[in-house]
Amino acid sequence: MSVAVDVQGLGKKYLISKSDKQQYNTFRDRIYQLFIKKDSNSVEEFWALKDISFKVKKGERVGIIGRNGAGKSTLLKILSKITDLTEGRIEIKGKVASLLEVGTGFHPELTGRENIYLNGSILGMSRDEINAKMEEIISFAEIEKFLDVPVKRYSSGMTVRLAFSVAAHLEPEILVVDEVLAVGDAAFQKKCLGKMEDVAQKGRTVLFVSHQMEAIDKLCDSCVLLENGKFVMHDETSKVIDAYLSASKKYSEVDLSCIKSRHGEGRIRFTKTWIENGRGEKTPIVKSGDSIKIVAEYELVGAEPIANPAFAFAVNTIRNVAITDLSNFTAGDEFDEHEIPNKGKVVCEIPSLTLNTGSYYFNVLVRTPGAVEDWITEAFYFDVEAGDFFKSGNLPDTARLILMNQDWKLDFRDQ
Amino acid sequence: MNRIDDNIEVLEPGKRFSSYWGELWQYRELFYFLSWRDFLVRYKQTVLGVAWSVIRPILTMIVFTVVFGKLAKFPSEGVPYAIMVYCALLPWQFFATTFSEAGNSLLANARMLTKIYFPRLIIPASSLLVNLIDFFISFVILLGLMAYYQFMPSWKIVFIPVFLFMAMITSLGAGVLIVTLNVKYRDFRYVVPFVVQLGLYVSPVGFSSNIIPGKWQFLYSLNPMVGVIDGFRWSILGEGYTMNWAAFSLSAALTVLFFFISVTYFKRMEKSFADII
Repeated sequence: MSVAVDVQGLGKKYLISKSDKQQYNTFRDRIYQLFIKKDSNSVEEFWALKDISFKVKKGERVGIIGRNGAGKSTLLKILSKITDLTEGRIEIKGKVASLLEVGTGFHPELTGRENIYLNGSILGMSRDEINAKMEEIISFAEIEKFLDVPVKRYSSGMTVRLAFSVAAHLEPEILVVDEVLAVGDAAFQKKCLGKMEDVAQKGRTVLFVSHQMEAIDKLCDSCVLLENGKFVMHDETSKVIDAYLSASKKYSEVDLSCIKSRHGEGRIRFTKTWIENGRGEKTPIVKSGDSIKIVAEYELVGAEPIANPAFAFAVNTIRNVAITDLSNFTAGDEFDEHEIPNKGKVVCEIPSLTLNTGSYYFNVLVRTPGAVEDWITEAFYFDVEAGDFFKSGNLPDTARLILMNQDWKLDFRDQ
Repeated sequence: MNRIDDNIEVLEPGKRFSSYWGELWQYRELFYFLSWRDFLVRYKQTVLGVAWSVIRPILTMIVFTVVFGKLAKFPSEGVPYAIMVYCALLPWQFFATTFSEAGNSLLANARMLTKIYFPRLIIPASSLLVNLIDFFISFVILLGLMAYYQFMPSWKIVFIPVFLFMAMITSLGAGVLIVTLNVKYRDFRYVVPFVVQLGLYVSPVGFSSNIIPGKWQFLYSLNPMVGVIDGFRWSILGEGYTMNWAAFSLSAALTVLFFFISVTYFKRMEKSFADII
């Protein structure tokens, strides 16, 4: 079979200047650098991708997996020509359409129908194609009645359905998709997945990034695993998923300072995170019932003092089931007495871990009143092993997610 | 999707994907759709709707006629002062809105820029089309105004498209330069309203270029809008209006040069937009 995408020695370098940590680059800074001092130390090189080579055959469905910051999104952006590569070469045979976001260019003031035209043309459909598919798009999205209502009056579910529906009716030879199935309600997600399978059945080449391993497993013939911007393997899906899941757990602490895929204002930035077990050791493997600490180091960027930040660790299973948010704000432990120090760490102590055996990760988030300052998803992966949670000597059933302290008695006095 | 199977596209560092202008042509439908979006959005949820594109030039004309014509008593070139002012307002309004919209267009569409590929020049360029529609509406008012004053325009009015084209080149050239700088240096957001505000007085909108003393004419025509506005007056006002062709040629030449410099700079920076915006 012929090769549809051939990536050879691909590399992408970003220059991060320290002043970029401030929100804007101002012309004054630039002039200052030009005339007053050439401060080359203030620029760091950062290779988001390095030496990536793989081939995708025509009609093949390839998943791209890797931890947050592995370079998956950068790879997709290069393949979709949004950003330039720094070295290497890519050969692409066929027309590429990329779907890195659902509803790109949607305008809230325009009606559903107007947005179908707009979004369709942004995704590369011609007016004739859009006209031909209009009926299908509308019925797939289930928005018949609201077609001539401005999208700002839609519920978020409806907007997402409409957006996905337009995208699902693209017919390129090569489709590049980033994590777009994680939208809408469960029923619609299922429908989307079905649609994606249809697309793949028609012999189109698909490159697909997702954190939902089931979706990857179901959809992809093979997978590429990336780690810290480097190519690890390209093999059949089940092998790569296994390798990914086991590789995710070998870090006992994660350096967050150079992760690019983060959101927020950036006045507070996370630099490191880890978990400590009951003996104070950093480890990615803990036991149910252990007393553990989740720790994150942060630094303040800029001189502005910050008061009363709310830190949170959002714990999820590796299959993306959200388990709980740990937050000093909801727990009532507010840091409001004084300005927080420029550098420090926040510690969340959990006296007895109620997670059952399984693989988990947590996101880190910090917000100040009215703003998210820093938010990194999948900051840390960890495993929970069976432990004597109930101090009873009986290990719980491992097929459940959560353990709860409980007291039982048999009451017969009223009978 | 009938493409030849051997059509292999190669991505390499710094390499242009295909012919720049050819690709722009391929994406012309996106250009129409973006213009159409801007047009629809501009007057949605406004009570008066398109009437705004009528009210703005008329009010400005009245104010300028009163201030410059009646109070300052500037010469009117033998035509009603209102018409002289309005002839200049047409291209000026077009320049001011196109320039400001184009200048902010990439920031306003930043999400699109980081999520999808298309020739980036489409975004600032699409502000041209919307403002052309406004221009035509304003032009109809000019005809009404001429009827009211029973003023017969000269036959040279057929040259209006030439000067309109020059106004387009000027607005796009300035807009494209600012938008490129704006992506990296947000300072330029503040430059746009400043240029528009100051430009209104530096350009011969409320008065005729002929009141500028001869020795300053040359310096004065370094402002490309001087050429455009003089051209509009020359086409519409007829015999009474004398035109300094040497100054005009300088204006026109500068406009074209400026446009090419802007677009070249844009093309050079384009590929890094998604990384730095």
